[in-house]
Amino acid sequence: MSSSPPSNSANAGDNPEVIISVRDLVVGFGDKLVMNGLNLDVYRGEVLGFVGGSGQGKSVLTRAILGLVPTRSGHISIFGKDRDALPADQRKLLEQRWGVLFQNGALFSGLTVKQNIQMPMRETRDLSPRLMDELAMLKIELVGLKPDAADKFPSELSGGMVKRAALARALALDPELVFLDEPTSGLDPIGAADFDDLIGTLQQTLGLTVFMVTHDLDSLFSICDRVAALADGKVIAAGPLQELLDSPHPWLRSYFHGVRGGRLTAGVAARGDV
Amino acid sequence: MADPNAHQPPDLTRSNDQRLALVGDWTLIAQRLLESKGQQIVELGAQMHALKLDLSGVTRLDTAGAWLINRARRQLGEADVSVELIQVRPEYLKLLGETDYHEFAKSSRPRPSLMFDLLADLGESAVNGVKEFYRGSAFLGEFVWTIKRIALTPAHFRFTSLVYHMESIGLRGAPIIILINFLVGGIVAQQGIFQLQRFGASSYAVDLIGILVLRELGVLLTAIMIAGRSGSAITAEIGSMKMREEIDALTVMGLSAGEVLIVPRILALVLSLPILTYIADMSALAGGMLTSWTYGGISPTAFLSLLKEAIALHTFMVGIIKAPFMALVIGLIASMDGLATQGSAESLGRQVTASVVKSIFMVIVLDGFFAIFFAAIDY
Repeated sequence: MSSSPPSNSANAGDNPEVIISVRDLVVGFGDKLVMNGLNLDVYRGEVLGFVGGSGQGKSVLTRAILGLVPTRSGHISIFGKDRDALPADQRKLLEQRWGVLFQNGALFSGLTVKQNIQMPMRETRDLSPRLMDELAMLKIELVGLKPDAADKFPSELSGGMVKRAALARALALDPELVFLDEPTSGLDPIGAADFDDLIGTLQQTLGLTVFMVTHDLDSLFSICDRVAALADGKVIAAGPLQELLDSPHPWLRSYFHGVRGGRLTAGVAARGDV
Repeated sequence: MADPNAHQPPDLTRSNDQRLALVGDWTLIAQRLLESKGQQIVELGAQMHALKLDLSGVTRLDTAGAWLINRARRQLGEADVSVELIQVRPEYLKLLGETDYHEFAKSSRPRPSLMFDLLADLGESAVNGVKEFYRGSAFLGEFVWTIKRIALTPAHFRFTSLVYHMESIGLRGAPIIILINFLVGGIVAQQGIFQLQRFGASSYAVDLIGILVLRELGVLLTAIMIAGRSGSAITAEIGSMKMREEIDALTVMGLSAGEVLIVPRILALVLSLPILTYIADMSALAGGMLTSWTYGGISPTAFLSLLKEAIALHTFMVGIIKAPFMALVIGLIASMDGLATQGSAESLGRQVTASVVKSIFMVIVLDGFFAIFFAAIDY
């Protein structure tokens, strides 16, 4: 799985640091193997787009890395540490270094947006109420929400606002690594483009590493440094988008050069900015 | 950064009159220390006229650290101290730019006094109570109207759904109802025998059991149990369908939620509750019979012949007549509260609780009205 280092990474060098390393992962439910000897590396400071057909297990892999799904065999190291070998207290510290944006936001419905964002701060850090208030409001602004959204409950928010609020919560502790599960699904094209820009900007200012599961070809073209494709329980290709576009693999060809993908790929090729 | 976990606490040193050097990790991991260091910039800087903040020693910076540095800059600026940042890494400069200090608009939601809140709550509850009654009556009217429509076009009636709900309410509810009524029948018998023994009238315990169980206890316990068991289930089912827009999906298909969801459930309740009450009555009498035999030495044969003298058909009818009405009240409250669910899971929880509390309360109130009614007509 060779790849060139990400172009816009703050720490880009000849030997980029591997922040997530998945080796020979096997995950299954009952008789069905969803991951079968999967390998994947994510480098510090990059935006990795993760694609795959529906039901191929993109979300399962994310959940396996997060430790929400039991694995049958294989190793997952995060920040250079074998996740399964860590004692519980160290695992907790590790979990504070990542932020997760779930597909449907997963905001706590009984708390306001501000309280949602403050939740991780309140639970894991000893801070003055003033600073917590200020930081929560700052995060709300960073993700492009209006200040009056702070006191709203998740049920009072639109789909795009929920995603933004959930991103603000994922960023509450300034994590080094952010998992985004289909961040632009359910957003209109303008909202999705805004969200892509937002992720790009935050990634550059905060020096984030972003692991992004997506179906959105636009996101892949606009903000991903590298793309990994999942099929048949394995990563069939990982590298800069151009490598995947040129790949002869039949699934990749139909994904990128099918009716919808082809239109975009052609457009991008014409502009010549990949 | 050999070990990313190794944390350098944030600190600042005064290198000369006009210069403060920040060192270490200015991140949230330092918690309150970070805040106090931020404040220290202001304290030390206030003694100077033109301050140079040297950021070359900062090993890490996050939004919280950048925010606090910016806050200190702002506070010093207000105290007429000019602040200049020197030796800042480009990525830190970007972060500092993104986290420019400013006041946030205060929450626009007003905070009235406690007394005001209390009175407002009281008023709201009173108004809601009246509204609830109004809504309940309207809902009953709608239900009757839907029944009429179904009666005119019986092909629209969902028979499968009715049978399914009768199974889940009646058949699957039967074991627990048999059990609690058996126990309560036994307990009433035991207390009856103990108390009446003192007057040498322990055989009258049979009258007590027969009349109490058939007129009141059997139907009341069953209705309360069903309100808790099936009323809550109905509210939760309809509520979660409301949450996931399934009710809206029905409406736009030209179907009515009343016809598809509510009528089968309420009818299943109305048909199941009398049957369950009958089972409950028998079970309580069996419990009473067993206890009378054990504690009072009244053999089952004697028990049955005493029971025959104590009760008549109308004793049984008084109880069983109430069952469908109680079922209707439980069903209406459960469906209405389910439909009143809003978007959040919390709201669903609240509706389920409210539905169970209200239906149990209404079942008991209804029982009281029936008691007055039967006394008035001398039944």
